Amino acid sequence: MAMLPPRLLFIALFALWLAGCDSGADRAVTVEFWAMGQEGEQVRALLPEFERRHPDLRVRVQQIPWSAAHEKLLTAHAGDAMPDVFQLGNTWIPEFVALRAIEPLDERLRGWPAAALSDYFPGILATNRLAGRTYALPWYVDTRLFFYRGDLLAAAGFPEPPTSWDGWLRAMAALKAKGDGTRYAILLPIDEWQLPVILALQRGATLLRDRDQYGNFRDPRFREAFTFYLNLFAQGLAPPVGNTQMANLYRDFASGAFALYISGPWNIGEFGRRLPAAAQPHWNTAPLPEFTHSPSPLAPGKELGARAVGVSLAGGASLALSRTSPRREAAWKLLEFLAEPEQQARFYQLTGDLPARQSAWNDPALTGNRHAQAFREQLQHLRATPPIPEWERIASRIAYYAELAVRQQLNVDEALAALDRDVDRILEKRRWLLSRGLTP
Amino acid sequence: MTGQDRHAARSAWVFLTPALLLIAVFFFLPVLAALLLSFTDFDIYALGDLDRLRFVGLRNYLDLLQSPLFWTALGNTFYFVAVGGPLSVAVSLGAALLVNAPLTRCPGFFRAAFFLPVVTTLVAVAVVWRYLYHPRFGLLNYGLGLLGIDPIDWLGDPAWAMPAIILMAVWKNFGFNMIIFIAGLQNIPTQLYEAARIDGASGWRQFRHITLPLLGPTFLFVALMTMIGYFQVFAEPYVMTQGGPANRTLSVVLLMYEEGFRWWNMGYASAAAFVLFLLILAGTALQLRLRRGDSE
Repeated sequence: MAMLPPRLLFIALFALWLAGCDSGADRAVTVEFWAMGQEGEQVRALLPEFERRHPDLRVRVQQIPWSAAHEKLLTAHAGDAMPDVFQLGNTWIPEFVALRAIEPLDERLRGWPAAALSDYFPGILATNRLAGRTYALPWYVDTRLFFYRGDLLAAAGFPEPPTSWDGWLRAMAALKAKGDGTRYAILLPIDEWQLPVILALQRGATLLRDRDQYGNFRDPRFREAFTFYLNLFAQGLAPPVGNTQMANLYRDFASGAFALYISGPWNIGEFGRRLPAAAQPHWNTAPLPEFTHSPSPLAPGKELGARAVGVSLAGGASLALSRTSPRREAAWKLLEFLAEPEQQARFYQLTGDLPARQSAWNDPALTGNRHAQAFREQLQHLRATPPIPEWERIASRIAYYAELAVRQQLNVDEALAALDRDVDRILEKRRWLLSRGLTP
Repeated sequence: MTGQDRHAARSAWVFLTPALLLIAVFFFLPVLAALLLSFTDFDIYALGDLDRLRFVGLRNYLDLLQSPLFWTALGNTFYFVAVGGPLSVAVSLGAALLVNAPLTRCPGFFRAAFFLPVVTTLVAVAVVWRYLYHPRFGLLNYGLGLLGIDPIDWLGDPAWAMPAIILMAVWKNFGFNMIIFIAGLQNIPTQLYEAARIDGASGWRQFRHITLPLLGPTFLFVALMTMIGYFQVFAEPYVMTQGGPANRTLSVVLLMYEEGFRWWNMGYASAAAFVLFLLILAGTALQLRLRRGDSE
């Protein structure tokens, strides 16, 4: 290690002296850790064990509401007040890498056994890597799949959940036909971007083109996926309502106002808590099926055997080290601790967040959760959104134009052309950086 | 300048300097910085590394004027100012007249009660109003139900969200203007009313020909402050609707906040801030001109 500059040395000595002042016994290094929402609340329960193992380290958890988390981290970075360790949504990683706010972990990961890294779901780990470097460790995972009412599906003639899109479409039509015009087959909040994007990724669409410099939404594959999505509304299978217009999702699901819902793991817990007891045995989860071009090219046996799972989004949250932190060594120990399969399993029990490491899934608490099994399957089939800082912004434009198209204020081609135009504008800076040979 | 004058001027400077310094450091410098920022494309790339900052001249302003979202936000803001502003002034004046009326018992109590919303935290107010506005269990819809009116989805229906926000904002803010109006009313000499009564003027004519003209300066002040404040509407939609549904409550300042702190497009957000500043300046100048025309 290089010699400390005298001023830093002085500050360090001064800090040591101050630390020595308050009590002789407590010379512990305190790691500042920012975590969001309920994770920030529950993670405290794991920390006594960490502090027992590292008597010289203390962890101070700062809980941040999810709704303010992104702004708070950005402002902290701008104001040079970053914590040592922080949780962040894995789609934010490219942004914080562009900000030079994250310490790459490759050097430190060299000390890990090879099996430890391959224990992560590969699709999730990939979202934490950028240009060959690992910037964060996945903490818990998040993806989207079907939540369905088994009893309603069975009543509509589908005792087992379908395993192809074609099957799901037939099931939705049957569900819709059974309801007397007041019921819908599926709920798809129209202000979300996820489903159109998943459908497009399943068709092999690349959302952006030319090294992520331009929108590629008029591509035939995206257009086809978008049309498929819009048809779910046009055929009356899904009601055209947004998240803010839904009075009570759980009551409507329990009453059968809709029988299918595409959502993420947080709803395992929410459905368990909020659905009435009578509805509890009837709901379950199923992975998204694979997209196939012709309706039923499958060999007869295939539909029963290994069902073809289609890709879904690789979401979740990760833990990263601040590049400017003077306590990176201590912070790394905390990161390693939270990455242990036992801690991942315990964290699942505390929060219901699904572990990012596959070995943690062998914990009886998880193997015993029938609603989680479809997620385990789905997590093997993940695709990441484009790893660029502008993605969140692009996603919000997709949601915006999808909503306008569902409300039929724009037709498919107008919506996609407008989307491409907006996205090209958002990516202008990226094109400029790349053209000048600068790394974005 | 005599020596005494110079001495007085020097002491004036001594007393003014701390305040001027504070204003310079915490107001003029940031405003100047924001003006410079508005000619750049300061974003997260530039925040990470200043080499990636570009001077873009007026492009932010041109982009802003071409952005449909900005026009939506501007339309919503004008809606809020045009409906909420006069409503707020009218309610304040009405409340001031009532509280100041000689027949009113315990005016102190009413003054305090009406002023209370002004000093209450907006977030707490918003939580309570969200209950009032709840489409199924809200008090407001319950009241409408008693009158046989179908429930309204106050914050979820694109057509009703802005009226709902205006109603809450007026309720929250009218107390401040009311206090100023009361002060104005109390400055009107009672002899004028006595003389008018002797001449047989009705209550309405007293109001029209004595109260209103003599409240003129107060009125101008209240109208200006309300307009300036209402143009900057942010907290109400931010807390209640986040700009939704379908961007119907997105205000210019909320758009600015989203661009600046959510997407970190500081250049673009600063440009929006200066456009809003120019609009408020124009609005203020217009009101002053109208008022001057009145008094001449």
